[in-house]
Amino acid sequence: MSARPFDRRWIFLMMAIAVAVPILVIGLTGRTFPETPTPAARAAFDAIEKLPEGTPILLTFDFDPASAGELQPMATSFVRHCAAKRLKMVFISLWPLGGAMADSAIKRVIESDFPNLVYGTDYVSMGFQAGNEAVMKLLLTDFARAFPSDSRGTPASQLPALQGISRATDFPMVIAVSAGYPGAKEWIQYVISANLGTMEIVTGSTGVQAPQLYPYFPRQMTGILGAIKGAAEYEALVNAKLDGDRVPPAKYLEAQRRMGPQLFAHLLMVGLIIAGNVIYFRQRGAARRGTATAGGAA
Amino acid sequence: MSTMQATDPTLVPQPSRRTWAIIVGVIVALLVVRGLIGNGFGKVYVTERDVAMQKVSVPPAAGAPADADAKLQWAQVDAGTTPADGAPVVRWTRVDTVPPKVFYAAEKADPGQTAVRLSWPRTVGLWVAAFFTLAIFSFLYADNPAYKFAEAVVVGVSAGYWMVVGFWDTIVPKLGGALAPGLVKLWVQPSIEPVGSADQVAMWLALVLGAMLLTRLGSKGAWLSGWTLAFIIGVTAGLKLVSHIESDLLAQTAATVRSVVAEPPGVDELTGAERFFTILWPSLANALIVIGVLCCLTYFFFSVDHKGVVGRVARTGIWYLMITFGAAFGFTVMGRIALLAARVEFLFNDWLWLIDPAGNRAVPIVNGIVETAAASAGLLGALR
Repeated sequence: MSARPFDRRWIFLMMAIAVAVPILVIGLTGRTFPETPTPAARAAFDAIEKLPEGTPILLTFDFDPASAGELQPMATSFVRHCAAKRLKMVFISLWPLGGAMADSAIKRVIESDFPNLVYGTDYVSMGFQAGNEAVMKLLLTDFARAFPSDSRGTPASQLPALQGISRATDFPMVIAVSAGYPGAKEWIQYVISANLGTMEIVTGSTGVQAPQLYPYFPRQMTGILGAIKGAAEYEALVNAKLDGDRVPPAKYLEAQRRMGPQLFAHLLMVGLIIAGNVIYFRQRGAARRGTATAGGAA
Repeated sequence: MSTMQATDPTLVPQPSRRTWAIIVGVIVALLVVRGLIGNGFGKVYVTERDVAMQKVSVPPAAGAPADADAKLQWAQVDAGTTPADGAPVVRWTRVDTVPPKVFYAAEKADPGQTAVRLSWPRTVGLWVAAFFTLAIFSFLYADNPAYKFAEAVVVGVSAGYWMVVGFWDTIVPKLGGALAPGLVKLWVQPSIEPVGSADQVAMWLALVLGAMLLTRLGSKGAWLSGWTLAFIIGVTAGLKLVSHIESDLLAQTAATVRSVVAEPPGVDELTGAERFFTILWPSLANALIVIGVLCCLTYFFFSVDHKGVVGRVARTGIWYLMITFGAAFGFTVMGRIALLAARVEFLFNDWLWLIDPAGNRAVPIVNGIVETAAASAGLLGALR
């Protein structure tokens, strides 16, 4: 039995349909699949939930538009949760475009839905700083030296949100939304592990990075949102708390909307893997039978 | 359709120009049809408002020293403000993107209004983004000039962007800010603070090392770059060594040392079967982790032949590794599909206006089809 050439573009077409049709259906009906939070997402939610009002937290947005499809929904939910809790949010980034992603989240969530929060007092965006791990190490000794001014050019010393903040350990919690290097792994390695008991970290990561981070949960990392699934679980928890039975605004359902295409694309993938294995074993069996027949004839 | 017979299963037949022309023609025809339904698609509307900032004197904060001076600080003022005291005022026009429904509402209230208008630059930007998205996707069908163009633009823009970021975020504020703070403060970053002499010396060293690294580009003296590379590797190793021992060796080892019988929180309050199963699952999880670590370590221990008991343990380690790789593959698939879904959402929502989850247009495509059909029916009736 010889292998017939299979045009792999049929697989691409099937995947396109598996992704596009749920997006259309969910986009037109507004319905999403229910989410049951896993312990890691629940732990992330509970860790933020237990912080008292006014607690300073460091939000580091280490990603760029290339991974916004995965990370933007969880960044939105993190900011919404923190704003609703009235935590003092300090946004930083170690990725050049991360500052813009933070500003985008601020505009999307805080400026539109929490207009009572004051920039510079309740939240501040410190922008991007080059230096990767060196910045993390510097943050542990002198915050203002690592970030001398905010993204608008205001010196750190003049920002009320940074009063009482001299080093990273003054933040009881770091929320790291990261797509790679430098990101959540480096925050755990360079900042959190040396300050266990003083600081904790909650992370949101891409699917590629998540398996590297799970070993740190729960001892070195309080909670983790792994890829879009984790984002959807956390989003559902935040929405349930803040909206109750009301339908949340569409921007707060982004991750849950994307679980529709995930479901059908994964079903397709599973089906293709099973089909591939069936074809492989059938071909192998046929080849063995052919060899045995040829041997017998000889 | 095919101009090349595929003999290798991994190769796909390359489409002819005629096939490409048909595909592009169908896409254009579909876009034309879509443009005739409802309010069309692919448009970006904006509003404009004047903004003014003025330098104002801010008195010292409460509790500041008695001899503290008032500080001059930029503050937003009314756009119609006239600087009475000669304080400088900076004015500009802020352009904000608004949902199309804002434009429709404004047009309904005041036809021909100009407060909300179509933004041609942003509309072109939207179409360019859609073109590049489709151009990249087109590679899945077959290699083509549109894909090559998009690929070259992505590479070129990325390289250019990184160069600009490197210059303005590292060289200017870090190097320039340390060596020529007055110039940088006057030129680009008014908030920069002068650094101490020790930092200046460090930056001179960085400048010299950076210049030495560039000697790799020349034919002579390339060996000088070795000193810089040695410095980079030494600093990186020094930084990573301590943190890795602390976070990945000691802390992870401690996390692996687990109790055979787990004691989850609140287990003391349980009794009977509930208590048994509450303890059983975490205990099994602990055992699986410890067994997995030992088996994987055995697999990577090559000083002993992987035969007999050692071989079986190592083989169990392979199973653990395969499950790990499978989980990593599953997460990667999830990530890639999320990115694909985001691009498809962009095409359907922002560009084609087929879906409207945020209610930005308030004229869903279904209504648009009905309205267009009704209008067409009315037109046909008039013609008859």
